[in-house]
Amino acid sequence: MLELSKNAFGRLVLGQAEVAPVRAFPVTNPQSGISLVDSNGKELAWIANLEDLEMRERKLVEEALQAREFLPEILRLSSVSRHAAPCEWRVETDKGKTAFKLDSEDDIRRISSSLVVTDSHGVSFLIRDPAALDRHSRRLLGSFL
Amino acid sequence: MMPVSKWRQVLAVPLGAILHGMNSLPESLRDMLRPGEEALAHLEPDLDENSRFANSHLLLTDQRLLCRGHDGSLGEWPRRDGLVLERFDHAGTGHLELKDETSLIASWRYTLGRDQAARELVMRFRGNEPESAQTDEQASIPVSPRALLRLWRFARPYRGKLLSGFLLSLASTAAAMIPPYLTMPLMDDVLIPFQNGKAIDIPLVERYLGGLFAAALIAWALGWARTYILARVSERIGADLRIATYRHLHGLSLEYFGGKRTGDLVARIGSETDRINVFLSLHLLDFATDLLMIGMTAAVLLSINPMLALVTLLPLPFIVWMIHAVRDKLRHGFEQADRVWSEITNVLTDTIPGIRVVKAFAQEEREVKRFVDANAHNLAVNDRVNTVWSLFAPSVTLLTEIGLLVVWIFGIWQVSTSKITVGVLTAFLAYITRFYSRLDSMSRIVSVTQKAAAGAKRIFEILDQSSSVPEASKPVHPGRVEGSIEAKDIEFRYGSRAILHGVDLSISPGEMIGLVGQSGSGKSTLINLICRFYDPARGAILVDGRDIRSYPIEEYRQNIGLVLQEPFLFFGTIAENIAYGKPDASMEEIVSAARAAHAHEFILRLPFGYDSLVGERGQTLSGGERQRISIARAILIDPRILILDEATSSVDTETEREIQGALDNLVSGRTTIAIAHRLSTLRRADRLVVMEKGRIVEIGRHDDLLEAKGVYYRLHEAQQVKENA
Repeated sequence: MLELSKNAFGRLVLGQAEVAPVRAFPVTNPQSGISLVDSNGKELAWIANLEDLEMRERKLVEEALQAREFLPEILRLSSVSRHAAPCEWRVETDKGKTAFKLDSEDDIRRISSSLVVTDSHGVSFLIRDPAALDRHSRRLLGSFL
Repeated sequence: MMPVSKWRQVLAVPLGAILHGMNSLPESLRDMLRPGEEALAHLEPDLDENSRFANSHLLLTDQRLLCRGHDGSLGEWPRRDGLVLERFDHAGTGHLELKDETSLIASWRYTLGRDQAARELVMRFRGNEPESAQTDEQASIPVSPRALLRLWRFARPYRGKLLSGFLLSLASTAAAMIPPYLTMPLMDDVLIPFQNGKAIDIPLVERYLGGLFAAALIAWALGWARTYILARVSERIGADLRIATYRHLHGLSLEYFGGKRTGDLVARIGSETDRINVFLSLHLLDFATDLLMIGMTAAVLLSINPMLALVTLLPLPFIVWMIHAVRDKLRHGFEQADRVWSEITNVLTDTIPGIRVVKAFAQEEREVKRFVDANAHNLAVNDRVNTVWSLFAPSVTLLTEIGLLVVWIFGIWQVSTSKITVGVLTAFLAYITRFYSRLDSMSRIVSVTQKAAAGAKRIFEILDQSSSVPEASKPVHPGRVEGSIEAKDIEFRYGSRAILHGVDLSISPGEMIGLVGQSGSGKSTLINLICRFYDPARGAILVDGRDIRSYPIEEYRQNIGLVLQEPFLFFGTIAENIAYGKPDASMEEIVSAARAAHAHEFILRLPFGYDSLVGERGQTLSGGERQRISIARAILIDPRILILDEATSSVDTETEREIQGALDNLVSGRTTIAIAHRLSTLRRADRLVVMEKGRIVEIGRHDDLLEAKGVYYRLHEAQQVKENA
């Protein structure tokens, strides 16, 4: 049982301390293993599984995660400017449509079955399961792998 | 000289048989034996007093020590109390000294290959039974010069497909024989009668042309099927070869890797297997087809006109002879070219990982020069090969042109005397042009075969390498060991350099031992032996009271956790790196191992937590962070025996303190052997073992050793001075 609340600044508070939730396995297992760390990076609590929490607390943690994290998931590749890096990708993500520049094929990294694409500014995009993309996206992606 | 192992068997049997077995024993020495005197051991020292090679003989009996010098002189020393025989070695040669209470009586020298026999002689002299053989010497398999034939082992699984490919080749070649044959009636029955004023027989022409087209279609279809099947098969053979080599490489001991350079191994497994593959799929296939073609063409030509056929085939023996003459020269050249090519890749694999050192010392120019030199060497070697090679191909072409000329001359003469028709001559010319064009391409088989053979030889060099840490023939499964370790009279040498001399050490389960000593004192070697990266030359290491050589290597090593000075992280996520020794570990296990290793919090600070990529192309981590990941890796497999090889040497004292906490979690409850330069890090050790020049000189607790004012005291003092300075 965690004593979670939200303070006036919109921050998550555990007991007296302001904490930030961190996913231990953001790519491979995002729903499990969430650590609540203080501003010095010290772990104050460990949530083995989000589903173990009560509804209210779970919502608080999820809100805090939402505010903190930015890892848009690419759902569809609309177009690429060239079939080799450097080039511009137009994509549809779970956070909306966007475009970014890919510097090098090396910036597409495989993490277990997912891909993480890092753009020229260091923003990362996730492709959770490349095989599950539509044909058009898979064909575009294929020339970079 | 008999192999040592044979001698051991000989020595176990009675006198008559011994004498029978001692074939190399000179008559003069044999004659010295008295009736009833029993020969116990024999040694052939192969060096004289000036270290020149010269064979002498030393025979130990139950009564005397007999010697026949290299100059034929005989000596005898009756055995008595007070007489001692001592053995020691230095710089690759062994020495035996016979002494009494007051002085040296005689001495012998030998090369270390005879060391086992010398040890047995000394043991027998002292009245002990020599120890039985610990490992049988491995028969070295000679590398066959016909390395390519050995590829059959990899081709065997595909023999059905290979056979069908061959049959298709046969059929498609036969189909290709048809068109030139049809030119004969076309010429004689259609064109020449037409020139002589006869109308063209349209249905006949249609039949012939239809035949030509059908033959072409059939040859095309068969050729496609053949190439498809055989190319697939050879691709698979290549892959099997590559995998077999790589798998074999992993079975070899560290000793092999110590003597090889990465670039060379990468080149062998990568490009050599590919070269063999291309050879099998393209060149050998073409060559077989060409051979078939030549055989069939010869048969067809002989059936049409034996006389003309003989003239046509005249240049063939010359070409065969030329190919044969150039073969040897080219083979050596290509082998050399391959070695030089590895030299080039070696420069790359040396420099690129060490790029920081290169830049720090501003040696870019020198490295470039090294590369330029390797390239120059490569050019020189290839130029030499190409001189022969470049002459070879045009000479073949010249011979074929001359052959064609001969056919023309002979053919025109025959036509003029009406012995053959124009059609026959045309058919011959059509056949022979194909024939020679194939001969020309066949001559290329020489070089590609030699290249592939050189490649195959280099691959089989790896495959023929047997591990110097062989698996036990009747393994005992260790399961989870208790963790007691006992080293019994361990001796080990690298080449001729002796590293450990008779190390005895016994460690009880759960004990923590600190190994200290100057570098080069043999600490790391002892640890390598305990991990069974090498096997000792003598003596044995017992874990749970059993020789570790009786355990299957893999199961034994699962009991060992190793933390090195320079932790190696593989490319992959942090979670994968922690779970390296236990790939099926659950998320909870990984996290708790990381917690125990004090790595959890810094991992959470990384952008992708445990999913962050590390290793080449990955997240950069500090030395302390990498070390904690490698500690987590060791904690996760929960080993009974833990080895820390300078685990904290490459980090600063502040980081060391952090790591120390992690290490304390790791050490508790396990048999631990820790090497550390910084003596302060061994404070928790139950006992300290001090090594010097390959021997254990002191064992005890920190305070006791300080009090003893021995080697440890001096090491400690030296560090105190340094730390206070």
